[in-house]
Amino acid sequence: MTDQGIGARVLRKEDKRFITGKGKYTDDIVQPNQAYAAFVRSPHAHANVKSIDASAAEAMEGVEAVLNGHQLTGDGIGNIICGWGITSKDGSPMNMGAWSALATDKVRYVGDAVAVVIADSKAQAQAAAEAVMVEYEVLPATSNVLASMKEGAPQIHENAPGNLIFDWEIGNKDETDAALASAHHTTTMDITNNRLSPNPMEPRSAVATFDESEDHYTLYTTSQNPHVARLVLSAFYNVAPEHKLRVIAPDVGGGFGAKIYIYPEEIVCLWASMKTNRSVKWTSTRSEAFLTDAHGRDHVSTATMGFDADNNIVGFKVNTKANLGAYMSLFSSSVPTYLYATLLSGQYNIANVYCDVQTYYTNTVPVDAYRGAGRPEAAYLIERMIETAARELGVDPGELRRQNFVREFPHQTPVIMAYDSGDFAGNLDQAKAAADVAGFPARKEEAAKRGKLRGLGYSNYIEACGIAPSAAVGSLGAGVGLWESAEVRVNPVGTIEILTGSHSHGQGHETTFAQLVSERFDLPTDNIQIVHGDTDKVQFGMGTYGSRSGAVGMSAISKALDKVEAKVKKIAAHVLEASEDDIVIEGGEVKVKGTDKAMGWHEVGLSAYTAHNLPEGMEPGLKEGAFYDPTNFTFPAGCYICEVEVDPQTGVTEIVQFTASDDFGTIINPMIVEGQVHGGIAQGIGQAMMEHAVYDDDGQLLSGSYMDYCMPRADDVPNYTVSHHSTTCPGNPLGMKGCGEAGAIGSPPAVINAITDAIGNNNLSMPATPSRVWAALQQVSAAQAAE
Amino acid sequence: MYDTTYYRASSVSDATSKLAGTEDGMFLAGGQTLIPTMKQRLAAPSDLVDVSGIDALKNISVDGEVVTIGAACTHAQVAGSSEVAQAIPALASLAGGIGDPAVRARGTIGGSIANNDPAADYPAACLGLGATIVTDTREIPADEFFVGMFETALDEGEMVTAVKFPKPTKAGYAKFPNPASRYAMVGVMAAQTGNGVRVAVTGAGNDGVFRHNALEEALGANWSADATQGVATDADDMLSDIHGSAEYRAHLVSVMAGRAVDNS
Repeated sequence: MTDQGIGARVLRKEDKRFITGKGKYTDDIVQPNQAYAAFVRSPHAHANVKSIDASAAEAMEGVEAVLNGHQLTGDGIGNIICGWGITSKDGSPMNMGAWSALATDKVRYVGDAVAVVIADSKAQAQAAAEAVMVEYEVLPATSNVLASMKEGAPQIHENAPGNLIFDWEIGNKDETDAALASAHHTTTMDITNNRLSPNPMEPRSAVATFDESEDHYTLYTTSQNPHVARLVLSAFYNVAPEHKLRVIAPDVGGGFGAKIYIYPEEIVCLWASMKTNRSVKWTSTRSEAFLTDAHGRDHVSTATMGFDADNNIVGFKVNTKANLGAYMSLFSSSVPTYLYATLLSGQYNIANVYCDVQTYYTNTVPVDAYRGAGRPEAAYLIERMIETAARELGVDPGELRRQNFVREFPHQTPVIMAYDSGDFAGNLDQAKAAADVAGFPARKEEAAKRGKLRGLGYSNYIEACGIAPSAAVGSLGAGVGLWESAEVRVNPVGTIEILTGSHSHGQGHETTFAQLVSERFDLPTDNIQIVHGDTDKVQFGMGTYGSRSGAVGMSAISKALDKVEAKVKKIAAHVLEASEDDIVIEGGEVKVKGTDKAMGWHEVGLSAYTAHNLPEGMEPGLKEGAFYDPTNFTFPAGCYICEVEVDPQTGVTEIVQFTASDDFGTIINPMIVEGQVHGGIAQGIGQAMMEHAVYDDDGQLLSGSYMDYCMPRADDVPNYTVSHHSTTCPGNPLGMKGCGEAGAIGSPPAVINAITDAIGNNNLSMPATPSRVWAALQQVSAAQAAE
Repeated sequence: MYDTTYYRASSVSDATSKLAGTEDGMFLAGGQTLIPTMKQRLAAPSDLVDVSGIDALKNISVDGEVVTIGAACTHAQVAGSSEVAQAIPALASLAGGIGDPAVRARGTIGGSIANNDPAADYPAACLGLGATIVTDTREIPADEFFVGMFETALDEGEMVTAVKFPKPTKAGYAKFPNPASRYAMVGVMAAQTGNGVRVAVTGAGNDGVFRHNALEEALGANWSADATQGVATDADDMLSDIHGSAEYRAHLVSVMAGRAVDNS
């Protein structure tokens, strides 16, 4: 047996090139006759474009062309769309405002592109972009939902009165109201989920080539889903028909959601390549990334949770106002709705849940999915509510959770989701033991002697991954199906290529997908190559996001492997003159069970391709494809426990212990999974304590560089204690649930619950910076002084 | 970055005469502020006169009660100097806490004080220790050198050549870093000098580095961390931004002053 199958800590195949600087990213692509694009961007959050004078720029050295939005729309390039339609309470469709890749008459956020310069060099393009004279008529702007929803607020899109995009609801309103009215205790909180910049290490980039002689386009781009990019660029933006457009996403250096969407720059590069008959390259600067990469989160909510006299949760009601920015990005509408409110039952058995959500336009960059996408918002809300309720009720927060856990599966929640598996109490017990919760009071006392306030907080998150059953999401408004496809090609020498529609942007697919094949055919992973990220090689795919590449992408591979295995067995049975049922594959051979009759794995491949001796009627070759459409979401869940010490003099919080117990179902490579959890928790700690994308009231981004946008560094995060307590997912052939986002989903409430425990004040918002923690401590002192 | 003309000066007179002949030139020392600013196209000097290679500006010397640090000495050099560590340990420790190793390897004391970033560490050292700034034409007491945010008493074309620090009886520096940039959000240098107690605060004030008279009085009477508690700082004089309110900075001033005393 190889030791590289499921469950093995195989080192990542891709890391040799990544850690030696040999990765091939979009910006590494250099095409013959390549020109560079530089965008002319609005410095105003909201303005009418009165005129654009490009004459000085056009006369500058090296400038090929200066192009604007009227030319773009004049050439029939379509508006950028949101691919998930949401219907309001009153049955009306969402108010999607027009978004042209280059603004024509109006700009709606700082960074909105109004023109593009194509020049021989990057420096020439940049210099000429500064020479393009744009006359603006500046309009009043709004930068948050509370300002956008005010009467008389600046109107951002004509077809969205009051800037309202939709007013949506889920759950049972009347029953929830009745349950809360008769509740023995209710807890109500106003909770903000802070706005974040995504910050992948590799900035976005595009290299577009129009080949006039072939009437064909090629686009290299930083994409988590190149096939979806091709589909949208073709079907909606009219750049080129699909068969005349090849999209390649080579190595991609992180995405966190921000590289799902198709942005103006890719569209403009393709179009400009056709206009100039040159390859056109654009790579975002870090400053442009802050201004134009889709942001995440930005919710303002009010929630009420009700309990009966025995502390059972009887109802949960939430109102959320979500900021979608100046335009609706590709999946923006789904994030504060079906990816969010469907998880509001948490790990708990709650008969009555109701949530309504209003989304608004603001003069800020679009907001869309960011690691977790909706589920962190839900987990943060529920887990802060139940922790606060436990404090108000005077009961142990872990035990209040335990008594309300869902214990029987499948479990239908009042908000669509049907949980298929889990052992929430098992995760709680594992985490409590590892975190030595019993020893906490002594540690708190010892910390007090050092002048530190020590606190402990829980988070029992659940999320939905493996997105998603196509028919189900279609009925909820999705514009696409969310299956995945795969193809397994066994070569005549027995080596294997796996073509997958999933696409790694750091997850290690080249290793874990190969491990799946290794497990199945008992071959070393070195014999297996993963092919992805190229629409000319892989027939189709829906890409990588929502922790779906294991549960959905690998399930598709598994289905294709089933077909290959069946054919291998047929061929071997024929050659070895045995029954198919007696054929086993192991140790690099295909054998007749219980005999010494065998053929080498490579001989089966050769037999398939020479076709000299195949069963009657069998087609030559050994290549099979499959599409896998999930039957349900998967439900990763877990328990995180955070312990902090706060310096009351400065408000500085140190995380002294962080414990995770996750249920991810089947784990292919524990090393990679632990890495995902570590990174996710670091990102969650970043959101909880450091990161904040802030616009001023005029729509200027105040956190536009790392001088002001605080990213977590290695010395900001603790050593983690990570463990697993898994139940198998019954919904897919591998029993997998997904692990890519859990850390970022589960950790923020654990951190904030720990800090609020330490300081004795539940009124604390993310990011809990030293300044905010100190201010919250002053509230406590002031309240004590008043007593 | 806009086009610029680079010149590497061989001596102080070479540097000043070269700069005088430029249209809109600037001295370049370690470039840890100027180069990023130019890359962001926020600065566009016609010429850069690089003074970082002038050997005469790279010396550290201790003469009796005065430590003289050449303007082109890097932060790493000051942090690693045994003479500085022996004479004014607080100064060595301050230099070792500026930026990160890459910044400390390039950034210089002369560049830092000539730029006078309101959140830089060295201005607090100069003002708190009562240093004298030596230029190519004169000597300027620190009390007169730091005029306001990014403003100094330097004349057009005048160049810092060294900084003279009198040895304090005791001195300590404590910095509360901005969580994002790690510049000082509040940095306090407290020192017992021949001319009494001096306390300088960087990072917090809305007009750059400043001396804190109330803390000087309190510590002059009682050199202890306890003495700083309750010494008020007017929040109206403090910066306020997304990282911290003026009230928070005002509070941190006395906390950091206490820690500076503890570090002395």
